[in-house]
Amino acid sequence: MTDTGTAPLAPTRLPPLVEPAAELTIDEVRRYSRHLIIPDVGMTGQKRLKNAKVLVIGAGGLGSPALLYLAAAGVGTLGIVEFDEVDESNLQRQIIHGQGDIGKSKALSAKESVAETNPYVNVVVHDERLENDNVLDIFRQYDLIVDGTDNFATRYLVNDAAVLLGKPYVWGSIYRFDGQASVFWAEHGPQYRDLYPEPPPPGMVPSCAEGGVLGVLCASIGSIMVNEAIKLICGIGDPLIGRLMVFDALEMSYSELRIRKDPNAEPITELIDYEAFCGAISDEAAEAAAGSTISVTQLASMLKERDEGSRDFTLVDVREPTEYEINRIPGSVLIPKGDFLSGVALEQLPQDKPVVLHCKSGQRSAEALAVVKGAGFSDAVHVGGGVVAWVNQIDPSQPAY
Amino acid sequence: MSVQVRVPTVLRSYTGGAKEVPADGETVGEVFDALDSAHPGIKERVVDEQGELRRFVNVYVDNEDVRFADGLKTPVADGAKVSIIPSVAGG
Repeated sequence: MTDTGTAPLAPTRLPPLVEPAAELTIDEVRRYSRHLIIPDVGMTGQKRLKNAKVLVIGAGGLGSPALLYLAAAGVGTLGIVEFDEVDESNLQRQIIHGQGDIGKSKALSAKESVAETNPYVNVVVHDERLENDNVLDIFRQYDLIVDGTDNFATRYLVNDAAVLLGKPYVWGSIYRFDGQASVFWAEHGPQYRDLYPEPPPPGMVPSCAEGGVLGVLCASIGSIMVNEAIKLICGIGDPLIGRLMVFDALEMSYSELRIRKDPNAEPITELIDYEAFCGAISDEAAEAAAGSTISVTQLASMLKERDEGSRDFTLVDVREPTEYEINRIPGSVLIPKGDFLSGVALEQLPQDKPVVLHCKSGQRSAEALAVVKGAGFSDAVHVGGGVVAWVNQIDPSQPAY
Repeated sequence: MSVQVRVPTVLRSYTGGAKEVPADGETVGEVFDALDSAHPGIKERVVDEQGELRRFVNVYVDNEDVRFADGLKTPVADGAKVSIIPSVAGG
């Protein structure tokens, strides 16, 4: 433990979140015996877990270990919000799904794994995207929320809905080798907006799909999240309220930082437009891409014409070198997006022929396009759908990621 | 004052991969100026055009968030640890 400083972080002891169930069956007593003999949990704590209704948002990297351990621990009702399907690239970390689940609804796959882990858990599947018009109705059915989603828009939606309903929620987030976790509960401490008042502008912070994530990091952060959920339900220990746990897997260190309630924060009184608040793409990029986006089919014929000598242009891949090693569009040169934002890429671009930019899916290339157009390359275009569309539509022999 | 600055993964491209770099300064703002001289571009990721801390990045001196102290004017003691904690949403 580092960073505890001189002042104690003043943990808040809270009463149990959930009343105990009337009883445990003989089968349940046998199953949970290793919990029952811990004095702090005991029969009463296990009955609280049995009575608890916990909603897990996302059955992905963090949701996988969270759901499995919450189920194994005997949480009586587990809700799963998930609209996605299992993809092969999920299986490196999303251990609730298996090879046979590829293409299946993640919510259904997760439900089956939970049933196999613990048949005494009642699973409620919310096979839909969390939106402004369903979030409050869904949250009302639960005592506690566990947020393992993968984008800023949903994270602010979850926070604001939890604040409006006075619900506690356990938050965790991961990227490459770094993880963060905390418990937000506006009635007893800070909420997410006290920690991060605003999301980063689109394109500034890469997602796991863009930057990668160490699979086992999900277990490190997911286990902290379940640990905190169990403590809140049973009313034991010092909850991670008002504290940010920062995990560095490369260094193998946990640091604890204080989170304060922001006295100047705008009160949350209603749900807002989270897509607009977080933005999938910056205004500059959207403007640059309008009318300057070509399809992979167009690119394929342009490349053919270039090979035949009837056309000339420079195709620039703005992804990272690690991505370029996995797959690439033939005839492209690699100049990562960061070099456009810092300006050094501009010197490497040809002045005498058009520039075509592409990335993985078309977001980063749109950001780079805004820079390139701003520097006077008015005939520059970018490729909608990027290398993902190229592999899907033009060259399925290459691996996708 | 000499401090150690903890650099998060997303900003390590500016420090040649280093996760902790030394910098001098009397305040957090001076530390970032010094940091930017050695690693050009890194300050802009933390401080906006108006010279304010960006609202999706937190800077801690030891375990205190400088937004709740004096922002970039927060003094740093010799040997302090300055941590940059970025907002991430992966799950």
